[in-house]
Amino acid sequence: MPEPRVLIQEEDFDIAAETKLLTGENKNIGAVVTFTGLCRDEDNRLSALELEHYPGMAEGEITRIAQEAITRFDLNGITAVHRYGKINPGENIVLVVAAARHRQAAFDGANFLMDFLKTRAPFWKKEHPRDGSTGDWVSAKDADDDALSKWLSE
Amino acid sequence: MKLVYFAWLRERLGVNEEMVDLPDDVQTIADLFGWLKQREEPYADVFEASDIIQVAIGKQHVLDRSTNIAGADEIALFPPMTGG
Repeated sequence: MPEPRVLIQEEDFDIAAETKLLTGENKNIGAVVTFTGLCRDEDNRLSALELEHYPGMAEGEITRIAQEAITRFDLNGITAVHRYGKINPGENIVLVVAAARHRQAAFDGANFLMDFLKTRAPFWKKEHPRDGSTGDWVSAKDADDDALSKWLSE
Repeated sequence: MKLVYFAWLRERLGVNEEMVDLPDDVQTIADLFGWLKQREEPYADVFEASDIIQVAIGKQHVLDRSTNIAGADEIALFPPMTGG
């Protein structure tokens, strides 16, 4: 069983390098799906997002979910990189790369991991408004819970 | 026992973490919330929202409020997670 590669880091990531690292010399991989989540400015309202995380738990939870994705979709490998700290609009926040023999497993593996990350990875986002006011913490969305329950009921 | 707080809990309580000495009758997560609620402000106010506050014991997310906390080194309290 392949081990997931999970990185929790302040610095940006290199999508091409992570993809190459995941596929490596394995010529039996037929599909790679990459998902990149970016910081939005919410129609020019925000100057940045501040991402807080729980060190240790973040690595542990994401690794556990990524291992489940490998087993469930028979992936050849999966990588998750999640950033923390202050992130400006347009910058990367999260990367998921899933590799499999066929495309459906790769799509599903990436989708599954992202749906779990939204509600089970211990990160919290605080808005930094452009007008200098004190920002709010982004609240959890029902749509994210719904996306998760889809996988739990299958 | 060490309690650690994140996001708006951390901000509103004004502490990242603290060592607490819990009374013997605080056995479960539900008991812990009850104890936190009867502390001085801002605790009482912050933990009024205890229904939505999430808990991790030893960095493991725990949903069941009847879970025993005896012997735990670190308990984290935080709002619903917004990763990704």
